[in-house]
Amino acid sequence: MGASASTVESPGGPLQRAVFAVEGMHCAGCMRRVEEALEAVPGIASARVNYTLGRVAIQGDKAAVEPRRVADTLKAAGYDATPFEAGTADAAAERDLKRLLLALAVAGFAAMNIMLLSVSVWAGNASDIAPETRDLFHWISALIALPAAAYAGRPFYESAIKALSARRLNMDVPITIGVMLALALSVYQTAISAHHAYFESAVMLLFFLLGGRVLEQMMRRKTRTLAGNLAAFRTGTAERVNGNGSTEAVPPELLQPGDLIRLKAGDRLPVDGTIAKGGAEFDASMITGESRPVTLGAGDDLHAGSVILNGTVDVTVRATVGGSLIDDVQRLLEKATESRSRRLALADRASQLYAPVVHATALLAAVGWLIAGAGLHHAVVVATTVLIITCPCALALAVPAVQVAAAGAMFRLGLFLNTGTAIERLAEADTVVFDKTGTLTDPSFSVRLLGDVPADLARLAARLAQSSRHPLATVLAEQAVEPPFADITEEPGRGVRAEVGGQDVRLGSPDFCGLDEAQIQDAGGASLIAVRHGDRTAVFVVEQALRPDARATVQRLRDLGLQPAILSGDREAAVAPVAAALGIADFAAGLDPREKIERIEQRAAAGQRVLMVGDGLNDAPALAAAHVSISPATAVDLTQAQADAVFLGGSLGPVASAIVAARRARRLMTQNLAFAAAYNALAIPIAVLGYVTPLIAAVAMSASSLIVTANALRALPRRHRVPSSAPLATGKREAVPA
Amino acid sequence: MTVLLWLVPLALLLGLIGLGAFVWSVKSGQYEDMEGAARRALDDSDLDPKA
Repeated sequence: MGASASTVESPGGPLQRAVFAVEGMHCAGCMRRVEEALEAVPGIASARVNYTLGRVAIQGDKAAVEPRRVADTLKAAGYDATPFEAGTADAAAERDLKRLLLALAVAGFAAMNIMLLSVSVWAGNASDIAPETRDLFHWISALIALPAAAYAGRPFYESAIKALSARRLNMDVPITIGVMLALALSVYQTAISAHHAYFESAVMLLFFLLGGRVLEQMMRRKTRTLAGNLAAFRTGTAERVNGNGSTEAVPPELLQPGDLIRLKAGDRLPVDGTIAKGGAEFDASMITGESRPVTLGAGDDLHAGSVILNGTVDVTVRATVGGSLIDDVQRLLEKATESRSRRLALADRASQLYAPVVHATALLAAVGWLIAGAGLHHAVVVATTVLIITCPCALALAVPAVQVAAAGAMFRLGLFLNTGTAIERLAEADTVVFDKTGTLTDPSFSVRLLGDVPADLARLAARLAQSSRHPLATVLAEQAVEPPFADITEEPGRGVRAEVGGQDVRLGSPDFCGLDEAQIQDAGGASLIAVRHGDRTAVFVVEQALRPDARATVQRLRDLGLQPAILSGDREAAVAPVAAALGIADFAAGLDPREKIERIEQRAAAGQRVLMVGDGLNDAPALAAAHVSISPATAVDLTQAQADAVFLGGSLGPVASAIVAARRARRLMTQNLAFAAAYNALAIPIAVLGYVTPLIAAVAMSASSLIVTANALRALPRRHRVPSSAPLATGKREAVPA
Repeated sequence: MTVLLWLVPLALLLGLIGLGAFVWSVKSGQYEDMEGAARRALDDSDLDPKA
């Protein structure tokens, strides 16, 4: 995107820049249509689509880039759009990626040029190069290598210093030591006019490793982008009530504490707040796991993620989350996250073993040569070459290369990794704990008839439902075959009614239809809709159905050797039927966040490695406490941030597929580490005996890196499929008797 | 061998120009939408249909 577009003059005042997430762009023509549709709007100076990110950046005057106008324009062109505000974490990650790319370019430039000079020196050493020419070439190499390594190696040096100051060892410590020693030795060798210098080894090492890091960062960017767009679409815009009573659509990120926002039936609250005016029923299942709607009025606190089911309320935005539940969750999270950071990634374990062994070997080699009567200079050269040739190129790439390839494979399965180390932990899981609401069940609703209802009455109900804005009624309306009634009266919060053939027909709360709610049996506390035609009545139960492939996935997980269990915040009466339908005997209901953590910790203490799958705010601490965790893309932000991976769509299948892919990836990681160990076992004796020349070091380093990377590529799926950006399954749902 | 005295700096200079071009392309955001750029190249709706 050109940075120069902001100079366009506009009569409407200074230009504003706004970014929107756009859904449904799948081809070059789409990009063009989106840009043309926007640029046709008076006041919009430029629109530029970023296809990779699924976003469009618009510049124009204030009125033209107003979210609602832009969304309407794109809607008319056939695309859904929602304003997108980049978080600070996003911006930092983008900067990191740019920095890594530049470092990679510098290292690549330096490696190529030094290699040209080095090959000349190696050829010359074998024939008749003049010592002056060789020294000149070495000095030029130093001139390129020293600044290049100082610049391109910064990501490693910084990480190594951070690790050392925390008294830990990571892979970057031996990398840093190796690079520094190689450079120092080479400068010294050059100064004394020796035959060998190792500049190309040091810079090549940085180049290979940076390549791995760039790939890793790009993989994360893909995941982050998708998650960001999903979040933007989930919250959409909020309707802010201004002082003069008018309303205006704003992105939720721009809401200030104290702002008043208006929620209508079906809206999801984007921020925490307090009800200022009105009262309504809310679905708080995202927060508590409880599937029964709660009725709240003025003065009650609401958490982000609550969905309003009927009526209209005005909500005052709150500055800090003050509710006891959120406080609890935050505190528990801190504790749980602490315990997780104690776990060591496979790569770090390898480096903890590797660094002492290699450094001790180098020292012993130097001492050995000294004892054998060699000079100090020779001993130091041998010790350094041991460090250079074992310099952990293969080892440092062994795990990350597999992580990148496996993450790409999982991306195609609809699973996005938040952390690279999640793969190892996924492979180790032997127990899978599900949350019920929104995880095992579909986040949307389905309708079931209670008892025998005449077909004509059911049809009538569906026909009436089309005229209601109540979210439960819209589910019923999907079954309608006839056009809606022309003359309808809607009584907010109660239902709709019409006159058919002189008779009164009603659809709404049981009370509205003249039924006593307490008399209705077998509803299990789920939401009810009643219909009345004359004196005939019928009742529908609206409930959350199981995800279409929940049963198959649970069975697949069992086949993979994982024990399934359910920990739910919902009532026992709602959990038991789900557990029975899935054949899971191990379930607990009515748990608060603290109890969920306790149950997870008990399992961990019993030696189980728990994979937690959950979506609610009440699941967030449990996700952080579990060995590894996954949440659906519909989860609340705080919860999603805790999960190691996020899966997309209506299917639960990615959870099982992830286990398979992770186990495969772990096998490849082990192979790679074994190869790296074997390579070192071979290389160390050669170096200790003093046979390593820069040529051998360069060949060995490249060959081992390439072998490890090629092996990692086997983690990619065999069949190449293009990932569709949001495969939200719309399969048949399986209803659970509640 | 005096030819080296200007050939080596020349080679380095050419390399530096390439590096500079890459740095410029990263800084001006040309790597921000690689997929989009690939698809835009295939978009022929700006061509004259008679041509």
